[in-house]
Amino acid sequence: MAEHTLYSISQFLPEIIIVATLCVIIVADLFDKNEKSSSGWILLVGFAAAGMAILFQIGRNESVFYDMIAVDPFAVFFKILLVITGLFIVAFSMKSRELDAYKSRMGEYYMLLSGMMLGMMLMVGSANLLLMYLALEITSISSYVLVGFTKRSLRSAEASMKYIIYGAVSSGVMLYGLSLLIGITGATDIYSVNSALAAGVDQPLILNIALLMILVGLGFKIAIVPFHFWAPDVYEGAPITITALLAVASKLAAFAIIIRFFKVSFTDNSGLTDYGLWTLFEGLNWNLLLAGMAVLAMILGNLTALKQDNIKRMLAYSSISHAGYLLMGLVILTEQGISTILIYLFIYIFMTLGAFYVAMLFSNKVSTESIEAYKGLGRRAPLQGVAMTIFLVSLTGLPPTGGFIAKLYIFGAAINAGWIWLVAIAGIMTVVSLFYYIRVVRNLFFFEPSDDEDELVFSTMSKVILLILLIPTLLLGVYFSPLIEFAGKSIQMFGM
Amino acid sequence: MEFQIFGVGILTWIVFLPILGMIIVLLLPDKNKNAIRYTAVTITGIQVLLAGIIFALFDRTKFGVNDAESFQFVEQFSWITVEAVPWVGRIEISYFLGIDGLSVLMILLTSLIGFIGAISSFSIDKMVKGYFALYLLLVTGMMGVFVALDFFLFFIFWEVMLLPMYFLIGLWGGPRREYAAIKFFIYTFVGGILMLLTMLALYFSVAYTDPATGQSVHTFNMLHMMNPANYVEGSILSGVDTTWRYVAWMALFINFAIKIPLFPFHTWLPDAHVEAPTPISVILAGVLLKLGAYGLLRINFPIFPDGTVFFMYFMASLGMISIIYGAFCAMAQDDFKKLIAYSSISHMGIVVLGLAALNTQGMVGGVLQMFNHGIITAVLFLAVGVLYDRTHMRGLYDFGGIANQMPRYTGIAMIGMFAALGLPGLNGFVSELFSFLGAFESFRWITIISVFGIIITAAYILWTIQRVFLGKTPEKLEKLQDLTAREYIMFVPLIILIILLGIYPAPAIELMNTSLSQLVEIVTGGGR
Repeated sequence: MAEHTLYSISQFLPEIIIVATLCVIIVADLFDKNEKSSSGWILLVGFAAAGMAILFQIGRNESVFYDMIAVDPFAVFFKILLVITGLFIVAFSMKSRELDAYKSRMGEYYMLLSGMMLGMMLMVGSANLLLMYLALEITSISSYVLVGFTKRSLRSAEASMKYIIYGAVSSGVMLYGLSLLIGITGATDIYSVNSALAAGVDQPLILNIALLMILVGLGFKIAIVPFHFWAPDVYEGAPITITALLAVASKLAAFAIIIRFFKVSFTDNSGLTDYGLWTLFEGLNWNLLLAGMAVLAMILGNLTALKQDNIKRMLAYSSISHAGYLLMGLVILTEQGISTILIYLFIYIFMTLGAFYVAMLFSNKVSTESIEAYKGLGRRAPLQGVAMTIFLVSLTGLPPTGGFIAKLYIFGAAINAGWIWLVAIAGIMTVVSLFYYIRVVRNLFFFEPSDDEDELVFSTMSKVILLILLIPTLLLGVYFSPLIEFAGKSIQMFGM
Repeated sequence: MEFQIFGVGILTWIVFLPILGMIIVLLLPDKNKNAIRYTAVTITGIQVLLAGIIFALFDRTKFGVNDAESFQFVEQFSWITVEAVPWVGRIEISYFLGIDGLSVLMILLTSLIGFIGAISSFSIDKMVKGYFALYLLLVTGMMGVFVALDFFLFFIFWEVMLLPMYFLIGLWGGPRREYAAIKFFIYTFVGGILMLLTMLALYFSVAYTDPATGQSVHTFNMLHMMNPANYVEGSILSGVDTTWRYVAWMALFINFAIKIPLFPFHTWLPDAHVEAPTPISVILAGVLLKLGAYGLLRINFPIFPDGTVFFMYFMASLGMISIIYGAFCAMAQDDFKKLIAYSSISHMGIVVLGLAALNTQGMVGGVLQMFNHGIITAVLFLAVGVLYDRTHMRGLYDFGGIANQMPRYTGIAMIGMFAALGLPGLNGFVSELFSFLGAFESFRWITIISVFGIIITAAYILWTIQRVFLGKTPEKLEKLQDLTAREYIMFVPLIILIILLGIYPAPAIELMNTSLSQLVEIVTGGGR
C-alpha cells in the first residue's frame, strides 16, 4: 500500500512542481521590496520544469492514487497543451500595461495563476468523481479572483461578481448531479461507475437527470449555449491575459474532463461496437442533445459576434462558436471524433492566443479595445497587423493556415459519421464568421492613419513572442502529419 | 515527359516562382518602386518563357484526364501520410502536379495574362510593395489550381487566391471598393465551403488498394476519385445516380458557377470589376473566371459523370440565360467597365453551353472560348484602363470621337471589340461557332435561343463603338496622348493572338482535342 502511494507520488511530479512553484512565489513575494517582481520569472521556470516532467510521462498508461488520477497519453496531451498555454500567458502578463498599475500585487497574481494551473492539470487526469469536482473548484476559485484582479476597474469587479454567481450555481447543480450518480452506482471512480452501469441500473430516469445536471456544470466551463451567459461579460471585464487564459486553458481542461467522463463512464467497453456509445443509456437521445447544443453554440456565438465592437467581447463570442465546432467531435464520440477534438484544440491555442496577444499589444499602445478604433492601425504596425490577419484568417478556417486543418478534420469526422446536416450548419456558420473576423482586418488596413499618428514601435521581445505563435499557425496549415499522429496516439485513455 | 531545371520540375517552377518573387519584393526597400515593379515583370516574364517550353514540349497525342500514365510533366511526392491513426486506414495527401489537354491552354493563358497584368500594374502608385507581393501570390494561386491533380492541393490553391484578391480590390480599388471586395470574398467563400464538404465526402468514399502493401488507402488523388471501382461499398457517394451523388455534384457546381459566374450567382462580378484597378480586372476576367469552367471540366465531369449527364440540360439552360441576360444587361450599362463585366457573363455562358453539350465539338469550342475570352476581355479592360488613366472617366456618354484623338489606340481597341462581337477572322468567332455547333447537336431549342445573344452582343458593341470612338469630340477630351511604348507592349501580343487564332486556330485545338475526346468518352458512358 505504501509502495503504491510512493510510486504514485513519483508519477505526480508535474503537479508537485507546480505546487512547489506556488509556495516559492509566496515566499519570494515577501522579499520583493522594489517595484520589480521576480514572481513572473519564477512561474515561467516552474511551468517549464513541469513541462519537462510531463515529457517523462509520455507513453505511460496507468492510474495512480488508487484510481484517482489517470496518467495516460490523453492526460499527457492535455497537460502539454496546458503548460504551453501557461507559458504564453505568463509571458503576456509580463508585457501587459493593464497589469502594470498593480505591480505590487503581481506576486498574488502569479500565485493564483499557478493555482489555476494546478486545478486544470488535475482536471485533465482525474478519474474520480470527487476529484473531478475538487479540481474544477480549485480552477474556478482561482479564476474568480483573477477575473477581478484589476480591482480598480469597475468592469472587472462586475465581471468577477457575475462569474462567481454563475459559477457557484452551476457547480452546485453539478455536485447534486454527481451525488445522484454516486447514489445510483455506488461508486466514485469512473471505472466502477462504468461497470455498475454495464451491469444495469434500475432507474434510468434518475440517471438521465444526474447526467443532465453534470452537463450543466461542465457546459458552464466550456461556455456552451445555453450556459454561456457569463462569458461575454467576464471576457470583456477581465484583464486581457486572463481572458486569453479562460478562452484557451480553461476550455482545454473542461473538454478533457468532459471527454474522459463521458467516454469512460458511459461507453460499452465490451468491444462489440464502435458506435456503441451512450449505449449504457436509455430514454434520451444524447447524441442529438449534444448536436443541438453544438448548433445553438455555433449559431448564437457567430451571429452575436457580428454585432460586437469590443475585440475581447468579439473573441468571447467567437470562442463560444468554436466550442460549438468542438462539440461536434463529442457528438460523434468515436475515436475519430475525439482525435479531431485534440487536433482542433492544439491548433486553437496558437491562433486564439495570437489574436489575444495582438489585441493586447494594440491596447498597450493605443489604449483601446474597440474594433472601430483599430482604423489605420495595420498601417502603423504592419507586422502586428499582418499577424492579426493571419490569426483571424486561421480562426475563420481558410487555408493555408492551421485553422483550416482543424476544421477540415472535425468536418470530415462528422461527415464520415453521417452527421451531414450538422456539418452543413457548421459550414454556413463558418461563412458568417468571416464577416466579423474580416471586419477587424478591414479596419486595420483599409483606412489611412491620420497625419499625427506615427508608426508604432514594439519591443523585439514582443515580436519574438508573436513569431513563436505565428509560425505554428502557418506551419500546421501545410505540414500537419506529426500533429495528426500525435493526436491519434493521444486518444488512448486508461481503462479503455 | 519530364523537364527539370536545377533538379526541380518545371511545373513547380512555374507555380512557385511568383512566391520567390514575392519574397524578393518584400525584401526590397519601400522607396525603390521601380525595382519592385521590374522584379514582378521579370518573374512573370520568366513564367511566360516556361509556359513556352511547356507548349513546345507538350505531347499532343496523350490524353490524360483519368489516366495517370498519360499526364505530362508529372511531379508526385507524398506530402502527408498518416499511418498511426486506426480509424480510417491510411491517410494520403500528395503533392501531385501534372497537365493534360484540359489544362495546358489555361497555363499559357495564365502566364500571359499574369505578365501583361504586371506591366499594366505600373500605373499603381500607392503601397507598391504590398500590391506586387499580393499580386504575385495571386498568380501562384491561379497557376496552382490549373496544375494540381490532388483535390486537397487544388483546394488550397483555390482558397489561397481569396485573400490577395480581397486586398487587391479593397485597397487599390475605386470608391465602392470595400463593398465589392467583401462581396467577392463572401460569394467565393460560400462556394469554397461547399467544395470543402464535397471534398471530404469524396475522401471518405474513395479508397484504393495500395499495390505494394495491400492496404486500403483513403486519398485526395483526383484520378482515383474518377475510377468507380475505388468507391467503398456503402459509403455516402458510392453507386451511380444516387441522391447524394447529385447533391455532391450540385454543391461543386454551385462553387464553380459562382466563379464562372453563371446566372443567378453572378451579382458579385459587376461590382468587383467596376471597383477593381485595371490590372486586377484583367486578371479577374482573363483568368479567374476560367477557373470555374476549368473546375467543371476537371472535377465535376470526370468524377461525377452520372450527375453531369443528369444535369446537362440544367447546365445548358443556365448557360443560355447567362448569354441572353448578360447581353441585355450589357446593353443597359452606361459605365464602360460594367458593360465589359456583363459581356463577360454573356461570353462565359457560351463556354458553359459548349461544355454542357458533352460532345467533342462543343467542348473544344468551350475550352477555346475560355482562352479566347481571356485574351479578348484583357484587351477590352486594358483599353478602358488606358482611357481612364488619361481622362479619369468611364461613362460611355462622356466620350466621343476618340478615333480622331487616338487613332492607333482606336484601331487596337476596335479589334478587341470586334473579336468580342464574334467577327469572322478573329478568334472569338471560331470558338463561338464550335460551341454553338456542338450544343446544337445536343439541345436544339436552347441553342437556337442562345444564338440570339450574338445579335444583342453585336448591338451593344456597335453602339459602344459609336458612342466612344465615333462622333464629335467633347472639348475637354482634346489633345489626348496616343499609346505609349509600355502600352504597346501590353496590347501587341494579345492582338497578334486574336488575329492568329482567328485565322488558324489549329495549334490551340490540337493541344486539347485528344483529352477532350477522352473526357467525352468518360462522361457519356465509357467511364461508368
